[in-house]
Amino acid sequence: MVKQGIVPDELTKPFWDAANEGRLEMQNCSACNRLQNPPADTCSQCKSADNLEWKALSGKGKIYNYGVVYDCPVRLLQEDQPFNLAVITLDEDPGIQMYSHLPGTPVDVVPVGASVEVIFEKSANGQMIPEWQVVS
Amino acid sequence: MTTENAPASMYRTTEGLGVWEHKGKVAAVGIGHSPTTRRWDGTAENTMGANSIFALRQAIADAGVDPADIDGLVLDPVTTTGAHWPPGQEIPMDVVNHWNSTDDPLDGIAKLSAEWILKNMPELTNVKFTMYGQGCMSHAIVVAAQAVGEGRTHTCLVLKSWHNLEGRYNQSGVSAQDEVPGSFALAPGRTLWGAPGSYGTALQFAEYCRKYGKSHDMMAPFMANSRRNGLLFPEGYWAQHRPEQLTAEDYLNARWIAKPANLFDNDIPIMVSGAYLFTTAERAKDMKQKPVYILNHASSRGAQRSVLPTLDEVEKETAETGRKIYEGAGITAADLSFENMYDGFALFHQFHIEGLRYRGMQNGDALDFYQKDISIEGPDPVLPSGGNIGSGRSRFWMHTDSIQQIQGRAGARALTGVKPEIGVSGGPMPMGGNFTVWSATPD
Repeated sequence: MVKQGIVPDELTKPFWDAANEGRLEMQNCSACNRLQNPPADTCSQCKSADNLEWKALSGKGKIYNYGVVYDCPVRLLQEDQPFNLAVITLDEDPGIQMYSHLPGTPVDVVPVGASVEVIFEKSANGQMIPEWQVVS
Repeated sequence: MTTENAPASMYRTTEGLGVWEHKGKVAAVGIGHSPTTRRWDGTAENTMGANSIFALRQAIADAGVDPADIDGLVLDPVTTTGAHWPPGQEIPMDVVNHWNSTDDPLDGIAKLSAEWILKNMPELTNVKFTMYGQGCMSHAIVVAAQAVGEGRTHTCLVLKSWHNLEGRYNQSGVSAQDEVPGSFALAPGRTLWGAPGSYGTALQFAEYCRKYGKSHDMMAPFMANSRRNGLLFPEGYWAQHRPEQLTAEDYLNARWIAKPANLFDNDIPIMVSGAYLFTTAERAKDMKQKPVYILNHASSRGAQRSVLPTLDEVEKETAETGRKIYEGAGITAADLSFENMYDGFALFHQFHIEGLRYRGMQNGDALDFYQKDISIEGPDPVLPSGGNIGSGRSRFWMHTDSIQQIQGRAGARALTGVKPEIGVSGGPMPMGGNFTVWSATPD
């Protein structure tokens, strides 16, 4: 599945740059010691921008939940229907979620709770995107 | 006249505020609806603006009020069902010029200002208060109720309109692009991952089923009941255009959209306008219809930790919403004759009514509740309006029905298993919505 290309903006550029280098990084408030995703201009807890940094993560997580998309609004993905769309939680903080199409996992045969690890896939414009695969 | 969005202070969003200071002092009296259509036909006579005027005039006539006595107007300026005017597409100026236009040619076609309404309803000569309750009718009702309570307006029209254009839902704009901004790609909601609108709700429902041992097919009685009630709603889309009862078999065999959400779990986008006339309890006594008193309004503004709300986050928020609703109205769950909480998407109605503790239910009970008698004839009616599932996407059928039930004007939908004295309606989302308590008496 080739996803839409991504044009990094000021807020998210560190995330996308790290992905291009094969690393998963996430915004972290060093004062609260708290990760957040999606990224934002301020910490969602202390509301300050002063202590936000980008933190490298292990790239390990769990499948929290999933659905199967049969009627996708995004043109580029329509030829791949139906497909899995899962929510992954990070081992470093199960409160933090990321999406995944779970490459390699058959449609609707998704092991909720299974361990996954990050991989990186090329989008339509070459920007790398974090994806997740079940750990065999 | 410049119209502003309602300030946050007009919404009651926290617990501990006590009984609403204007409890029983504001009443709904008049109701008006335009006809429904699936999409705009491109004519000047059938624009969303035209529908708006139709509904407003119906509400005024229904209340038996002289238009010159109306001094307030609250509406939602955003009218899209998910359809947006395509960038670069020519705007039909013959349609624009058929009406008294504003500076924005799409005003009255794909958006709606208070200024456009006032320019095109010359009979409204005395409107001094206008405000936007942006989001849906549930927002506008809260804002109008608070405004009447505070004395900013004494006779106020409340309006919600929807336009719908050609094309598939949410498939234009960013969904059709080859590239998206980096922030959009990481944001919740519809991102480059291809989630349909109902995806988030579908996942919460899936988590709910795993936790409580329930299944999607247990929704069938609720869906059939909603369509049945909708077919008894002559103002609604299915009653007007496709009077077909939805069977359990129809529902269970429907194609998936975002499994476990299927076609019928998604409400059908339509064009329609709805309007109410609110006034003070004192003035309402002299109007044509029986007043329906507002005991409270409450709002939820839940925030999820990450990309999608979890079941725990949803249940925490809806339980808090239930407590706010009862606290401000000075009632308990046992006082509710009926509920008309939002349902578009069908798979989150259970979160709303479990949060209300409707008929004593706890988290995880609703789907079993649906297997019993939830009809308008029984003692435990669920969504007597039929909601969006029963009548199309308006997000106001539940409010209209609540008012009509208490006024004794619900026609074939009239509740017979309970006496409709106090009802609650509102939405849209379990994590964020606005809710109103309606009553036959002011106290």
